Amino acid sequence: MADALIAITVLWGFVFIYAVMATMDFGAGFWSMIYFNREKTRATNIANRYLSPTWEVTNTFIVALVVAVYSLFPTAAYTFGTILLIPGSIILLLLALRSAFLVFSNIAIEYKKPLTYISGIAGILIPGLLISVLPITHGAYIDYTNGTANLNLQKLFTSPNEYAFIGFAITSTLFLSSLLLADYSKASHEMEAYNVYMRDGRILGPISLVMAFLIMFTLKKEVPWIYDNMMDDLPLLLFSITFFFIAGIGLYFPSFFQKGVSGMPRLSVIAVTIQYLIASYVYGKAHLPYIIYPNITIESAFTDPNSFRAVFITYIIGFAILFPGFFYFWRLFMNDKKYLRQKS
Amino acid sequence: MDDLLIARSLFGTTMAFHIIFATIGVGLPMMILAAELLYQKTKDVDYVVMAKRWTKTFAVLLGVGIPTGTIAGVQLSLLWPGFMEVIGRVMPLPFQIEIYAFFIEALFMSIYVYAAERIAPWMRITSLILVALGALGSAVLITNVHAFQGTPTGFRYENGQFLDIDPWAAFFNPSFFVTAIHVALSAYVVGAFVVGSVAAFKMMRNEYGSRIYKFHQKALMISLVLGGIFAFLTAINGHESAQYLHEYQPEKLAAAEGLFETQSHAPLAIGGFTDRETESVKWGIEVPWALSFLAGNSFDTVVVGLNDFPEELWPPLFIHTLFNVMVGIGSLLILISIAGIIWRKLLKKDRFPKFFLWILVLAGPMAVAAIEAGWIFACTGRQPWVIYRILSTAESATTATNLGILFILFIAVYVILGIAVVFVLLYFFRKNKEMDDIKRAEEKYVRLFSSNS
Ligand code: HDD
Ligand code: HEM
Ligand code: HEM
Repeated sequence: MADALIAITVLWGFVFIYAVMATMDFGAGFWSMIYFNREKTRATNIANRYLSPTWEVTNTFIVALVVAVYSLFPTAAYTFGTILLIPGSIILLLLALRSAFLVFSNIAIEYKKPLTYISGIAGILIPGLLISVLPITHGAYIDYTNGTANLNLQKLFTSPNEYAFIGFAITSTLFLSSLLLADYSKASHEMEAYNVYMRDGRILGPISLVMAFLIMFTLKKEVPWIYDNMMDDLPLLLFSITFFFIAGIGLYFPSFFQKGVSGMPRLSVIAVTIQYLIASYVYGKAHLPYIIYPNITIESAFTDPNSFRAVFITYIIGFAILFPGFFYFWRLFMNDKKYLRQKS
Repeated sequence: MDDLLIARSLFGTTMAFHIIFATIGVGLPMMILAAELLYQKTKDVDYVVMAKRWTKTFAVLLGVGIPTGTIAGVQLSLLWPGFMEVIGRVMPLPFQIEIYAFFIEALFMSIYVYAAERIAPWMRITSLILVALGALGSAVLITNVHAFQGTPTGFRYENGQFLDIDPWAAFFNPSFFVTAIHVALSAYVVGAFVVGSVAAFKMMRNEYGSRIYKFHQKALMISLVLGGIFAFLTAINGHESAQYLHEYQPEKLAAAEGLFETQSHAPLAIGGFTDRETESVKWGIEVPWALSFLAGNSFDTVVVGLNDFPEELWPPLFIHTLFNVMVGIGSLLILISIAGIIWRKLLKKDRFPKFFLWILVLAGPMAVAAIEAGWIFACTGRQPWVIYRILSTAESATTATNLGILFILFIAVYVILGIAVVFVLLYFFRKNKEMDDIKRAEEKYVRLFSSNS
């Protein structure tokens, strides 16, 4: 494989990992706000128990993502920097409020409610803005004057395609996080919270599927080149939808493994993740060779080969060093019965 | 204001805000570690209580340090795309490796706080060491980018092209070690004196000899001893930093000292203001020959003056004041800790005079001021370059206009976060008194670390 192709694959991998983690993170913050007043179900406690130890780690992925863009594709970083000034700054401002108030809400107990509301609302807006980077890279909203690129905000925010992306980001954030929290509640033996999150998942699953179709529908009209490329992989897209239906089995059917429990949330989480993986692979492949259509391609934006080699080596070493840390972390917070089933 | 000036002010404001939390974020884990180790050695529960209370503080500060750092990292690309394009091509390694340091800090910080009661004591200490190393590593690595901006190496630059790129040579640029060590040591100075400030303040508020008074007195002594050692090392290493400026960025040193004429036996100007008209430092104290000696360890050293450079390449002259503030505070902090330690340990007095406690209360904010002055000196003193003699700040800036509104929004958010973080810390420690924690700790610290009220 050419170096540039390896690099874009690594970048795509980071985007995918961040997308899944951020979904869980922002979604959990939102649910913790929604169920704030329903103390009996403990749905808020479950969301917080997941969120408290993980948000910092999730945040680091967004930094990793930005760093990966400029170290692998510096020329693209130049254009991104220029066109994303406004949306990027808004994301940063929301992110600052959301992270800070999330931490504060766990410390200043008496003011927990307003603090949770601020961080929950700021948090749910972020995925919608983050995903807007995708339609922006399709090129239709960028004006070029004297060779410099500028984002045309008016064009962006009057496009149905942009709203389809935003809608998809928000509904799938809520969908995936409710599945994950259902699974987490089950592991924690919090059956009331479990039922709440399963109900949310059942409602949100079909909605986010509709949103995905809306994206395809608007893409066909507005960005035919991507749409056509994606349709070349129609079998894969259909295959990915199968996983969506497997997720449905996990949601609507009684458990095969446990008597008297309805739903198999872990099956759904895994199936939905695989579905997203396949679908985003198809989307990413259709996007190539452009990073930003039509001027920036992976070849033209690629970094110096020496730098690429050095960065790639640090990826391998860094991963080898961090992996045990991630594993230990997972064991302590996702898989330790004592942590999951604590009382207060 | 034109857009370039706004971009510079916006980025400078972001950094000036982030650095408060970042520096304490490097210094505080060192203090927590010291307290944990003292606890293991003495089994005095006061030390574990200190560790817990400082950890809570650290966790709250992280809530601002991490998002503002994220802003800093992304804003670099948004405001200085030309700069980041070059960095991505030539100097990607520090940012890349820094990510791993962030991960280590984030993973083990959560483990130290949220799993404290479920893991073995040795694992707690290991987690804490990893948090401290992660924080130190991220500071050292980000500083390396700054070092590269002053002493760029690892490439050939011809006709606007970067050729023969060697990212490791860029990584180990000449001023990397000196600069990184200076930043690390000065962060420990800040960590120690900030803790000392709070302890001194609490000693005035509590009855002499009471349990709580003694608790804070122990904390104060740790901070005086560690702060003194690190302040001394910072000064020695700062001297070496100045020698590097003499060698690699002579116009910055000249502006820092207000020196216009190139000369041997150059005088050192302390205080005062650089006057462009008379080409001299007004109202300062001049120490004859001292600058030559500081720059090259001999009075014969020829120190280059500003007049050897075209005026449009001069750094702003006010950096003289910033340099003085940093060095002045550094020297003062050394004196304060020596005085405190002599009073307690040699003269065996067990009570500090009130005015001295007030000086100690001021020492923490002063250390933070030294950091601010040092950084603004270092970044503004590099002007008009963003990468010394390679890339100018103006060329690297974003082409976008109307940055004013963004500037206002970011400042508003920093004000909100700044007020909120002080409020939350005060709230937490008002609800969660020293005695509550000491009691918890004495009951074989059942859930000391995860206790919230
Ligand atoms: C507690 C903070 C603190 C203290 C007490 C000192 N410094 Fe410092 N200094 C810094 C905190 C700092 C800093 C904020 O960390 C800087 C800014 C950029 C950098 O690399 O470190 C810095 C930069 C810096 C530079 C510029 C490096 C550059 O521009 O590349 C010099 C020459 C010195 N220092 C010299 C000194 C001397 C001679 C000191 C004698 C006491 C001293 N510093 C104390
Ligand atoms: C954290 C403490 C820091 C503070 C308080 C600080 C302060 C400032 C200030 C005030 C400016 C505006 C300078 C001017 O235009 O007059 C600036 C510019 C800049 N700084 Fe720093 N800085 C810090 C650290 C760093 C570090 C570690 C880096 C390296 C990544 C860095 C990179 C830059 C860049 C790229 C600019 C913009 C271009 C320029 O004006 O030269 N800064 N900083
Ligand atoms: C030399 C000055 C700096 C020091 C000592 C420093 C140190 C730190 C530390 C210790 C943290 C961890 C959070 C905390 O403890 O508060 C942090 C966070 C962060 N800093 Fe800075 N920093 C500096 C300048 C910068 C600059 C110039 C950038 C931008 C390139 C930056 C980017 C970040 C980012 C992205 C984070 C968040 C990391 C995460 O998501 O976990 N820092 N910084």
